[in-house]
Amino acid sequence: MLGNEALARGAFEADVKVISSYPGTPSTEVTETAAKYDDIHVEWAPNEKVGVEVAMGASLGGARSLSCMKHVGLNVAADPFFTAAYTGVTAGMVILVADDNGCHSSQNEQDSRFYGRSAGVPVLEPSDPQECKDYIKKAYEISEKYDTVVLVRSNTRISHSRGVVTLGEKKEKEKICYVKNVQKYVAMPAMAKKLHIAQEMRMKKIAEDCNVSELNRIEKGDGKIGIITSGICYQYVKEALPDADILKMGMIYPLPKKMIKDFSESVEKLYIIEEGEPFFEEQIRAMGIIPAGGKDMFTVQGEYSANMIRKAFGRPVAPVTEVTDAPGRPPLLCAGCPHRGVFHVLSKLKKTVMGDIGCYTLAALPPTASIDSCLCMGASITMAHGFEKAVGTSKDTVAVLGDSTFFHSGITGLINMNYNGSKGTVIILDNRITGMTGHQDNPSTGRNAKGEEAPAVDIAALCRAIGVKNIVEIDPFEVKELEAVIKEETEREELSVIITKRPCALIVKQPDIPYAVNEDCKNCKQCMKIGCPAIEERNGRPYIVPERCVGCGLCEKVCPFGAIKAQKTSEEKEAAK
Amino acid sequence: MNKVNILIVGVGGQGTLLASVLLGNLALSEGYDVKLSEVHGMAQRGGSVVTHVKMSETKVNSPLIELGEADIIIAFEELEAYRWLPYLKKGGKIYVNTQQIMPMPVILGQAEYPENIMDTLRKQAGEIKAFDALSEAEKCGSVKAVNVVLLGAASKDLPFTKDQWMKVIEENVKPRFVELNKKAFELGSKA
Repeated sequence: MLGNEALARGAFEADVKVISSYPGTPSTEVTETAAKYDDIHVEWAPNEKVGVEVAMGASLGGARSLSCMKHVGLNVAADPFFTAAYTGVTAGMVILVADDNGCHSSQNEQDSRFYGRSAGVPVLEPSDPQECKDYIKKAYEISEKYDTVVLVRSNTRISHSRGVVTLGEKKEKEKICYVKNVQKYVAMPAMAKKLHIAQEMRMKKIAEDCNVSELNRIEKGDGKIGIITSGICYQYVKEALPDADILKMGMIYPLPKKMIKDFSESVEKLYIIEEGEPFFEEQIRAMGIIPAGGKDMFTVQGEYSANMIRKAFGRPVAPVTEVTDAPGRPPLLCAGCPHRGVFHVLSKLKKTVMGDIGCYTLAALPPTASIDSCLCMGASITMAHGFEKAVGTSKDTVAVLGDSTFFHSGITGLINMNYNGSKGTVIILDNRITGMTGHQDNPSTGRNAKGEEAPAVDIAALCRAIGVKNIVEIDPFEVKELEAVIKEETEREELSVIITKRPCALIVKQPDIPYAVNEDCKNCKQCMKIGCPAIEERNGRPYIVPERCVGCGLCEKVCPFGAIKAQKTSEEKEAAK
Repeated sequence: MNKVNILIVGVGGQGTLLASVLLGNLALSEGYDVKLSEVHGMAQRGGSVVTHVKMSETKVNSPLIELGEADIIIAFEELEAYRWLPYLKKGGKIYVNTQQIMPMPVILGQAEYPENIMDTLRKQAGEIKAFDALSEAEKCGSVKAVNVVLLGAASKDLPFTKDQWMKVIEENVKPRFVELNKKAFELGSKA
């Protein structure tokens, strides 16, 4: 079972009734898997803040609830999260946050453990799929026992590894009836002060109890080297240092201080091995315990490995054949991707493009290389506005973001633009899906997380309601018209929204009739500038690889000599090969 | 066979994930402890992808294979076989589909597709089986069956019977593609 599937299974076994999440790699499959259980209400929220608030409401209403997100999503949800840490819960509530050490699919490597400490809630961290399932269940017990939100922290290697999981039965929870409690749930200043005290008291209690928690355990070795670790690093340590004593923490905040002190005294040399920031190390040093090694032997960057630990401890590693000249293979927009038309035009017009989070970030790479910024969800719109105010014009700038990102946090930025007198141009790439995370539905797709029909937001009508006067809807593969529209709207002395409408190439299949370059080709290589994975150079000329071409026809539209045509007959297809 | 580390590498979209899931599920059903590590999200879009499959009669800890510790590399593309070669154990075995997919830096003339990849692979690997899995897949009716063709080829080195492989294909592949994949496995195993 995939780590994320195991997390979903744990939620099912714990009788979670409500899950509200926003997709984000590496957390997405938890919610996707949970959506398959009939008796859980599972929904895609427009953003993580909404997700956490829905979960909080469900907890108040007496149902166990869960909200899942990637690490940067917790930044968006930080507002409700911090105050929920004060109020505590009625039924158990858990937030699953998946970090991305190594930036496999993210814009940063932030360490979410600090959120637990900063907000004042306990944090659990599983180290394999079995623990994923078990810890989610345990998290609900802790949540209800201590009246607190619990953070469960995963990361890419935990969420996206498969391992053996022993399933359990679902344990039905009795529904808790809502009782009005103003002192607990209305976080006005007078109440908040008292709630803060209550929060401090429960965290002290948890800090005491975690010294005897089954979540934290000591594995005896030969007593020479003692390692304090957690999560995926535990697995690397087990492999690299089989003789070491290990304090494996499952609850990573608050720390089991007494256990750590006893452990440090039981070994000759103490080391702390943790990916990311020195979260454990600084707290342990503050206890007056000086480890023989920690971040001075390792790094805050990227992922660790068993070999990295072996090397740090002078242990042998397997001999390796060096390969230094393999050219990179960066990811790129798929063949048939509707975004390609937009970035081809933007590249041609040499616009400054404020980008956003989604597949289209890939257009920052050559050959289109047409994105100037990528900060966080929704920042294309707001940064374009700030940029306009700084340079004094919006004529050479556009903001580009996808439909799901627009709902996530683009709408407020557009309201701001309209309200504060922007003359800018926003391009919403409406591909009818949340693409990069693996095709989740969103408020404009007409389906919900369970795959049922749902009302769809009309993006143009929404923009109109905000007050945008100039709204153009266009097929991004009509490149000539698109070019004219972008020119016209950026020149216009008013705010404009261009909505490019074409479904993701992986959802709605293209005709799948391969195109081919014919003898009219003048070798100008315009077709190679669109960055299509199906177009290669062979014998010094462009060549369309038939098994990779999906038949979208964009190359035909950019060819100035009419030298690219669809191979409609089977003879033509054969000839193209 | 106490433990086997298999690295499955290719280009995003080639079906490496299904290959690793088939292999992992088969090993699991035959009583091995198994861990797999996969790539999702950004890295899938036509980029270089790798899946680690570790199976053992004893407990598997880390889901990742370390450099120099893969017993077998199953490569869906030549450059990817070359890129991931540092993971191969001394004397390890490579199964490689002799297909070349140009990465964007090569298409744009910013980098060269290395020459003589096969020579290097031959020199470094204990054993190598290079063949055109794409053509074999086409014979079965779909280029997408490259993954199962390659599994068929690699099955000779794995401790499972043909019946066990057929069963895992039936259990994990959509019903309408089962026959196609069974055929792909057959062709691969004869390659």
